Amino acid sequence: MELSPDSIILWQTGFAKLNITIVLTWLNMLLLTVGSVLVTRRLRDDGKLSRWQNLLEVLVSGIEQQIADMGLSPPREFLPFLGTLFVFVLFANLLAVVPGYRPPTGSLSTTAALAISVFVAVPWWGIRRRGLRGFFGLYIQPSIFMLPFNILGELSRTLALAVRLFGNIMSGSMIAGILLSVTPLFFPVVMQLLGLITGVIQAYIFAILAAVYIAAAAKVQLVREGAGQGGSHG
Amino acid sequence: MDSLGWVAVSSIVSAGLCIAIGAIGPALGEGRALAQALSALAQQPDEANTITRTLFVGLAMVESTAIYCFVVAMILIFANPFWQHFLGQSAGG
Repeated sequence: MELSPDSIILWQTGFAKLNITIVLTWLNMLLLTVGSVLVTRRLRDDGKLSRWQNLLEVLVSGIEQQIADMGLSPPREFLPFLGTLFVFVLFANLLAVVPGYRPPTGSLSTTAALAISVFVAVPWWGIRRRGLRGFFGLYIQPSIFMLPFNILGELSRTLALAVRLFGNIMSGSMIAGILLSVTPLFFPVVMQLLGLITGVIQAYIFAILAAVYIAAAAKVQLVREGAGQGGSHG
Repeated sequence: MDSLGWVAVSSIVSAGLCIAIGAIGPALGEGRALAQALSALAQQPDEANTITRTLFVGLAMVESTAIYCFVVAMILIFANPFWQHFLGQSAGG
């Protein structure tokens, strides 16, 4: 019983090890990239969409809408980063139904890498939007005494981001493994379904939290545009 | 009982206690948050998007405490550093 797929070594030379996490991560990236390229090679706007283009449009516009709801404007600027985070984590988790596939997100290395990219993205957008003084001024809000706590909070939320995804996915695959050795066929299938729900929710949470952190640093006015359906609230 | 036995017993007991106690707090908290979110949804169905998103973010925050406990329990059982230490000692000694 191993904690993470990192321990499954496929190929080794000297100090370089190629474990199954890396291979599956790259396969995942390949799938997303090649799929997107294939679909976007023949885009059309005359109403006769291919089903794949329709799928991509739903995905992209949905993510963009969510980012706009967070108050990050213009959404297009944040779409590549946040959308890639969401789609990558989503597919990494969902492919767990394929036999023999170990979710790369069930390894702390992958999730730590994703969390570190968020950790770097926050000052990147913060400094671009607020300037150096404005961004680092956030750390001495409301007073200078809060500086260590703000820094600690920054670090611990990054750790939480990594460990949350890792713990959820790892526990899902581990529970599936334990149940398979204990119970007959039916019950592990139910847990697999639960694991799929967990995977989708965790992908959503990861992307949303990244958006929240970036929004907090980039100081965007949370302008509430009244939702169209509700009419005006008197 | 030798030291290796003590390490095993204490690791297993504390892993069980860790996950048991560590699940109580987050469960209560998430239950309260969910109840509040449901009543908020019942009062303001228009705001469903905002409420749901905030609920998920908050639940993730609460959830992470339980996940920490789970990870600690897993480390105690499957990746216990003291095992290696004492195993090396008993092999060497």
